[in-house]
Amino acid sequence: MAESHLHIAIKRIRKEKLAVAGFCVICLFALIALLDTVPAPYRDAGGMHFNRTVLDTLFQKPVERSYSPPLARTATLNRKEFTLKSTHVLGTNILGEDVLYDALKGVRTAFIIGIVPLIIASFFAVVFGLLAGYYGGWVDDVIQYVYQVLSSIPGILLLIAMLTVMERGIWQLCIALGVTSWVGLCRLIRGETLKVKNMEYVEAARALGASDGHLLFRQILPNVMYLVIIEMTLDFSGLVMSEAVLTYIGVGVEPGTGSWGRMILSADRELPNGIWWNLTGASIFLFLLVLAFNLFADVLRDALDPRLRKG
Amino acid sequence: MFYYIVRRILLAVPTVLGVCLFTFLLFNVFASPEAIARKQLGKNPTTVQVKAWITAHGMDKPMFFNQKAGKDGRIHPLDSRFWNQMKELILFQFPESDYLHENVGDLIKEKIVPSLTITVPAFLLSIIATLPLALFVAYYRGTYLDRLALFICVILMSIVILNYIIVGQYLLAVVFKYFPIYGYEYGIGAWKFVLLPVILAVAAGLGGGLRFYRTVMLNEVRADYVRTAMAKGVSEGRILFKHVLKNAMIPILTTTVLSIPFLITGSLLLEMYFGIPGMGNLLLNAINNADFPIIRSLVYVYSLLYIAGSIVTDISYTLVDPRVTLE
Repeated sequence: MAESHLHIAIKRIRKEKLAVAGFCVICLFALIALLDTVPAPYRDAGGMHFNRTVLDTLFQKPVERSYSPPLARTATLNRKEFTLKSTHVLGTNILGEDVLYDALKGVRTAFIIGIVPLIIASFFAVVFGLLAGYYGGWVDDVIQYVYQVLSSIPGILLLIAMLTVMERGIWQLCIALGVTSWVGLCRLIRGETLKVKNMEYVEAARALGASDGHLLFRQILPNVMYLVIIEMTLDFSGLVMSEAVLTYIGVGVEPGTGSWGRMILSADRELPNGIWWNLTGASIFLFLLVLAFNLFADVLRDALDPRLRKG
Repeated sequence: MFYYIVRRILLAVPTVLGVCLFTFLLFNVFASPEAIARKQLGKNPTTVQVKAWITAHGMDKPMFFNQKAGKDGRIHPLDSRFWNQMKELILFQFPESDYLHENVGDLIKEKIVPSLTITVPAFLLSIIATLPLALFVAYYRGTYLDRLALFICVILMSIVILNYIIVGQYLLAVVFKYFPIYGYEYGIGAWKFVLLPVILAVAAGLGGGLRFYRTVMLNEVRADYVRTAMAKGVSEGRILFKHVLKNAMIPILTTTVLSIPFLITGSLLLEMYFGIPGMGNLLLNAINNADFPIIRSLVYVYSLLYIAGSIVTDISYTLVDPRVTLE
């Protein structure tokens, strides 16, 4: 049963050309993120080093003295012309770093920000949602009260409050985003559990003497999992965009971590001076990833959600 | 109706207390007073400075219950951090800002007007712009026009708001000089500074809004009453504008009324970019200077607004849907 269900979903997705294209783009980005995670050990006088990734060895370019336009041979600094050490497809930024390399470094950050908070949020949402829906009574009351309180605080303020209290860093950002985004999913799972727990197959398992744990995690959980998958794909793009915005207002990832938000941040000083490539590079990467996920997520939702299935 | 409102307000009290407790825990337990003092005092404060700051802000008092005798020799069990901070917020006696040295309540009063001059027009304009477009797209549902419109919506939604603001400001204000780049003027002269941020806010929300309203309309189009109306020979346009629009108002109301409190935070980036001295700027300064009294008070005020917003939403259901009665 489970396999044929998945089969139908894949078939439906494959019919939509845009979703397939989106999926391919996501895979490409995921590959870049993976290359940026796998270390590429190298040896020098100091011994073996593991601080470089495969992506670094492939794309890191020598640092220039300052800005240079895309594909230029020479650039000017303080009205003096200087020759560049190598070609930069997307030019260099104020520190002379390759913009393409910076943008590629942002991919891994984007994936971490898009996935880790969702894992944290799904954990809270699944555990609390199942417990609230299954046991009802005071358990339900307490859990409902907690998410009532959390959802009464506007999300961006809650995020900012948490991030100002914590140290700056990508993992802290993940925790804050995870804690602030489980409520919606929890509500959905609670509702679905209420429905599912009285279905015949759960009743049958209960009549056979199955324990609460078995009923919750083996019978009910697989039947509410589709909500988690839908929520994860739908929320991914929002999270990636919020990384850019949060880094922009000063509570995002720490300096030294690749970030499209930081690349965009410098644009207001650069644009009036005709330096457009930093903004463009970051924006195109961000746009492509978010667009790909949006296209894919819509079709995936239609394919997985039994409530949306027509006739 | 009256009893319903009273009951809802009473039910909101535990939620408000929960918000207070949560913010208290966040700023007192997850971050120690010392860490906050160090963040506030900036570069390498001495231990004496940190101690002085903590005493001045009452952060050396016990968390919940004070068992030591006070200056007058008697025990004040409620002279603790939690109760003092709660009292401030619940009685609207807001604390003083650590950085600006002004009362947070006064600051909010001062900053809220510039914020509202952007968000209220943006809010109304985006509804006025999106609803007819959504009806238009729903009218042509299933055609190529519909598919194209949906695709454009997804593209518009995939552009981060930063890009709308930066590119919009650069093109329309810097290159073509249609609008002033930066600044604000109190009073009637505000309109020329407000125009561009409002336009950009509407543009940034268009894709998501249009798609949402279209979905709502299409859910209604499949309803039985539409089929009945069609069978009776009512024209398509009349069905959409009269029957569907009215019924679609319910889900639309929920999202729009609930989004009202967010109007103020929503303009954070716009205010930052266009130099508008509003709530967003206040919050941003608070972030940059680790000004916790401001952040704490804003969390509380916005949560109150949100809770009030959700009560107003429920009441407004009765206005658009005669089937809903509140008891």
